[in-house]
Amino acid sequence: MKPMTMAEKIIAAAAGVDCVQAGDIHTVEVDQLLSNDGTTHLTIDMYHNKLKHPHIADVSKLVWVVDHNVPCDSPKTAASHKKMRDFAKEHGITFYEGAGVCHQVMMENHVRPGELIFGADSHTCAYGALGAFGTGVGCTDYLYAMVTGKSWVLVPETLRFNLTGKLPEGVYARDLILTIIGQISANGANYMAMEFGGEGLATLTMADRIAVCNLCVEAGAKTALMEVDDVALDYLKEHGRTPKHVFKSDEGAQYAKVYDIDLGTIRPIVAKPHFVDNVVPAKECAGVKIDEAFIGSCNNGRIEDLRVAAAVLKGRKVHPLVRLLVVPASQTVYMQALKEGLMDIFMEAGAIVMNANCSVCWGSCQGVIGEGETLISTGTRNFKGRAGHPNSFVYLASAATVAASAVAGVITTADMLE
Amino acid sequence: MGKVFRFHRDVDTDQIIASQYLLYPTIEEMKVHTFESLDPEFAAKVRPGDFVVAEENFGCGSSREQAPSVLKALGVQAVVAKSFARIFYRNAINIGLPVIVCKELYGAVSEGDEMSLDMSEGVAAVNGVQYTCTKLPPYMQGILDQGGLIASLNKEEV
Repeated sequence: MKPMTMAEKIIAAAAGVDCVQAGDIHTVEVDQLLSNDGTTHLTIDMYHNKLKHPHIADVSKLVWVVDHNVPCDSPKTAASHKKMRDFAKEHGITFYEGAGVCHQVMMENHVRPGELIFGADSHTCAYGALGAFGTGVGCTDYLYAMVTGKSWVLVPETLRFNLTGKLPEGVYARDLILTIIGQISANGANYMAMEFGGEGLATLTMADRIAVCNLCVEAGAKTALMEVDDVALDYLKEHGRTPKHVFKSDEGAQYAKVYDIDLGTIRPIVAKPHFVDNVVPAKECAGVKIDEAFIGSCNNGRIEDLRVAAAVLKGRKVHPLVRLLVVPASQTVYMQALKEGLMDIFMEAGAIVMNANCSVCWGSCQGVIGEGETLISTGTRNFKGRAGHPNSFVYLASAATVAASAVAGVITTADMLE
Repeated sequence: MGKVFRFHRDVDTDQIIASQYLLYPTIEEMKVHTFESLDPEFAAKVRPGDFVVAEENFGCGSSREQAPSVLKALGVQAVVAKSFARIFYRNAINIGLPVIVCKELYGAVSEGDEMSLDMSEGVAAVNGVQYTCTKLPPYMQGILDQGGLIASLNKEEV
């Protein structure tokens, strides 16, 4: 049989066929369907108003998470949330509200290696950290899969990234993925899968892996996939789950391109406004004045990120002209941070600690910035106006760089702090 | 015929419709904010049958289906770009908003030009010149022809 990539193997299994290849279109069975409050109210409206025979194929596949505007910020949002809450209750849909950012909730509770998962959110590609094919869809695709249990997929080509070495001290997964996006550009992986493997993968923690896979959509990727090793299997076991399939690309599988990346060469990186691929070494941005700093999101709101930020902030104060927002990615992360005393460190430093949610990363809830203001963020995007006013500026960086910048009042790497 | 509204490369879905409007109850309430950060007058100027013509990677970023939906609700006839980000492309076809790739058009047209488009032939005509577009794969053209994915689903479920 023709050698296949991980992406091809997952699609073949979901399509119930032996072999697929890039460019084929297949009808697939979808394993899980995530939706959040960014779009679910529209899905429900279509369910009621557009379908000839409204029904749900298999309610156990659905996971709904209120995370984008929680707690709610206006009567309009409240109406959207109520619609979602009532529908979930009526149909017995697994429902979370305030538990955390949807992708962190999914990683902690639901994702299994080898699954094909649709999420009505572009960062669904994060699930590749556990070897699952997660891909972002709109609400029409979501509704079709909700009603039929199926969908159609165009089998993507794959970019392969062979990792070697180890990230240096003070350099993080965020720096790695921003470096890669800068190298291949904002549409360098459009329609494609980004696959990561090689001996360097073993040096990355689950938090690192989620951060890398999560941001692959910023290079246009359809999905991201990492080989499932002991680190991934241990995480799965700790969270009480087992794999569906553990797939590895075959020897001789066809890649659109192969990149060799020595993790030891990665340095702290900043993505400048207004594109994620507009990357420079962090030190080149040193001195840029900031008004706000944000540590959180599905990309960098995990306990490992909070530990890194706390190590920088311990015994220091946030600059008087800066607001620092710390937003754990889930309640589980929040509780762990409390246990470890990290919240004390943040609050003593003068940070504003918020509930687990998407926060300013998506620019419609808490902490939005005003005209002419600058935010340094561990969020997912730095598009024009993403964090508030259309004429404002977002820089993306690691939790260490964001924490150090919050102290200095200007963009600074942690090793530059006195 | 429709007028051309021309946009640069990497127009992301936050520019098409910003986050703060996404939880508005209906697309009708959102559509007046279309392209607000790039052209605050767009929603007032655009007329049914007009075109959005863009450079590369149109619709990158978030999976929000509100992005193609507000364009469709404003009556945009089609989006013609050098390339599309995949989620926007798929969402547009699913909701029945024609999208088509044309490499030469962006460089050849100006804002306000009168244009016509034959989707099934894959030909755009502006200022007396015809431009060949990349036709959609038959599977996707089929979804579009039926009026979108939900319309096709309703036909399947007789």
